[in-house]
Amino acid sequence: MRLVARKTRVSTGASVPVLIGIAAVCVFLVIGSLRSDIFAQQTVAGLSQGAVFASLALALVLIYRATEVINFAQGEMAMLTTYIAYQLTIWGVTYWVAFPLTLLISFALGIFIYGVFIRPVQHRSVIALVIITVGLFILIDGLVTWKWGADLKFMQAPFGNQVYHAGGVAFARQDIGVLAVTIVSVVLLWGLFQFTKLGLAMRAAALRPAAAALVGVRVDWMLAVGWGLAAVLGAVAGLMTEPTQFLQPTMMQAVLLYSFAAAVLGGLESPAGSVVGGLALGVFLNLVGQYVGWATSELRLPIAFVVLLIVLLLKPNGLFGRKQVRRV
Amino acid sequence: MGALLQLEDVDARYGPIQALHGVSLSVAEGEIAAVLGANGAGKTTTLRAVSGTVRRSGTLTFDGRPLRGGAEATARRGIAHVPEGRGTFAELTVSENLRLGAYTRRGGLKDDTARVQQYFPWIEERKSQQAGTLSGGEQQMLALARAFMQRPRMLLLDEPSLGLAPLLVTEIFRIIRELNEHEGLTVLVVEQNAHIALQLASTAYVLEVGRVALSGPSNELQQHESVRRSYLGY
Amino acid sequence: MTRGLAVRMLIVAVVAVAVSLLPFGLSGYHQGLAARVAIYFIAIMGLNILVGYTGQISIGHGAFMAIGGYTTAIMSYYHHTNLLLTLPLSFAVSFVCGLAIGIPALRLSGVYLALVTFALAVSIPQLPLKWSKWTGGSNGLRTHTTPSNTWVYGVAWGCAALLFVGAWLLLRGRIGRAFRSIRDSEVAAASSGVSLPVYKTFAFGVSAAYAGVAGSLFVLITNGFAQPNEFGVTLSLQILIGAAVAGLGSLWGTIAGAVFIGLLPQISSSFPVLGSNHGQDVVFGLIVILVMLALPNGIAGLLWTIDSRFKSAIKSPPRAS
Repeated sequence: MRLVARKTRVSTGASVPVLIGIAAVCVFLVIGSLRSDIFAQQTVAGLSQGAVFASLALALVLIYRATEVINFAQGEMAMLTTYIAYQLTIWGVTYWVAFPLTLLISFALGIFIYGVFIRPVQHRSVIALVIITVGLFILIDGLVTWKWGADLKFMQAPFGNQVYHAGGVAFARQDIGVLAVTIVSVVLLWGLFQFTKLGLAMRAAALRPAAAALVGVRVDWMLAVGWGLAAVLGAVAGLMTEPTQFLQPTMMQAVLLYSFAAAVLGGLESPAGSVVGGLALGVFLNLVGQYVGWATSELRLPIAFVVLLIVLLLKPNGLFGRKQVRRV
Repeated sequence: MGALLQLEDVDARYGPIQALHGVSLSVAEGEIAAVLGANGAGKTTTLRAVSGTVRRSGTLTFDGRPLRGGAEATARRGIAHVPEGRGTFAELTVSENLRLGAYTRRGGLKDDTARVQQYFPWIEERKSQQAGTLSGGEQQMLALARAFMQRPRMLLLDEPSLGLAPLLVTEIFRIIRELNEHEGLTVLVVEQNAHIALQLASTAYVLEVGRVALSGPSNELQQHESVRRSYLGY
Repeated sequence: MTRGLAVRMLIVAVVAVAVSLLPFGLSGYHQGLAARVAIYFIAIMGLNILVGYTGQISIGHGAFMAIGGYTTAIMSYYHHTNLLLTLPLSFAVSFVCGLAIGIPALRLSGVYLALVTFALAVSIPQLPLKWSKWTGGSNGLRTHTTPSNTWVYGVAWGCAALLFVGAWLLLRGRIGRAFRSIRDSEVAAASSGVSLPVYKTFAFGVSAAYAGVAGSLFVLITNGFAQPNEFGVTLSLQILIGAAVAGLGSLWGTIAGAVFIGLLPQISSSFPVLGSNHGQDVVFGLIVILVMLALPNGIAGLLWTIDSRFKSAIKSPPRAS
């Protein structure tokens, strides 16, 4: 069998300049941390915040890849599941038992929302889908405020308030815990997609639903599982946000916005991109807030927007996005 | 050998447009049957009607029981449909494509991967290559291999010769014949290349504007006046 | 004159009469509500021009409304400008801002554009907080004179009528055709000589200008206050919902969308049991979802379906994506 010249891998979107840029940034962060205590602290704190953005951004990307819809309700779903965890602890369940329980409930919630609200209009209208997620946003917000009230609530801190000292720098156990939990969930998810039959089927269903159906994949169920997993990621993000934002109906709204930015930064089709985007955004915002005088807290969002705009102007499909070649 | 697949008076439509009008055909177990016709005659639609990926009405029977449901159900019944465009997952690797082919199977794939090796020896060393970077001929063979991994009773092939050089076409059809003879796969192949299709198949149906215009054993059709003129070029 | 056009002009006439007579039968509060419908009408028209006619997705119209609103407030507060005069000014300022956004927007498409405009909608309202010395911060800025609800009602509906006619004329002619060609296929449009940068940016400008006027009127109806939190995400999303319910690519569904979004909060709060306190959001969200499930292509889609029952011509349905 005569073979044609072997071509190299079709680009995954992670081009060399981008990777070099990321490596350079990492080097910069390490050097800065070694030279300045405050820098190190802000970097770690930024990574921890960024990890939350990354979780939610990953959820957004998962859903976008599967159903081509931007889920405006992702943050509120995360908030709802955090309240559910809260309710469980009120009923006497210990935190680290309530945690996995909440994840299970979130999974079911994601599947439920997909089946009832998304599936019926999935093939009819993209705008209708977006509006439905907006409607869900409003609905869930109202539901939570109605049931639990808008006042601040607190859960027992999952990681405690200890502070570690290493080389003169203070690291909050909280921040390290959040980072660890996020890394574990991302790695587990990656493992699921790369190595299991289910993960492969989900990828196939997202990439080419018609072809997937022909090999026997139940495409609708795969999409439902996608929504379920995204809800789980959201729950993790919510639970990791609670210690700093406390429990209130608006707790995830700002996070959602930053997660949108992170997801777009990374390129909406790229899970790796959303994680990198989230971490980068978290660190960037923290460092800018620390070192740039006029960048007060009101400007955090506009600054994130400007960054987003600049990156997109240079790479219209995000850092890791593939250039879409359109056939005429 | 009874009919494995039977279509009786099948209609199919794309929205308001009806593409098939009362098509009837049957494929016996273990045979290779061909569907021929010009562009737009309804060949692809016939396969889609079998795999349930188009709106259809009429009676479809597979292995004695009615054929119902969409693509997923059809795959589970043991029918592997290699569609137009080959249904390859271009973004996934060769081995991932094969694993997907075996999606409906339970249990050990070792046996199957060995057999795939037999028919497509080049696949082993290209396992990690992204399917989209394969050449046209290789992709077609990958599609066949993927379908084979499903261990189906029946293979639906949509224009396997499309876009391939003559040497490759011969190669592909040789493999199809081998799969049919050694593995007992029943095949329904849709082709524009009537010449080679009639050599491969034992029975053929000629479609015109969504209706069966002619049918019969291929050696008879090869002699048929209008077939010769319209499809064989002499 | 075709029968369809005659029917539409009749409807317009009826609506115009009804609207002019309405204030005599309504309380001040309800007049305010009706004025808000006009405001949403204008904003949704603007969004429809951008999304429905040129296919560029924007979820950020609250930002342009904020720009327009603050223009009115600032001019009135610092320069005591006549309120009516601030409207064309607001139109112009927002138009320029729209052009400014339209230029980088050329580089983006689809989802990316939508999210960038969303980020815009979220960020712009933050700016007055930063420069609170001039803008009154979170307390906002108040216009020099506070108009009555009836006055705003009249002006709002007057503007709405004017802008509606303007939009109709614009979309009917060559520019409208150029817009539609861009929506349907940018490549085909460009190869037919339609200058993409010019028309796309222009659409952004016009769309923003409409939103700006709506924003000014919005400030006027809220007792002349321009406050950052009035122009937040909620507003942008409301406009978007209104546009989706209206259905894209059709000017006539727009009024239905405006009525929907204008009256829904009222309906939600008067809902039994849940209507209290925060239950209204539950009802609001639920109704929005149900409407979208029932009419994925909006009212325009429904109108088209009804329309096509009477004709059998092969026409393409309003695009909903």
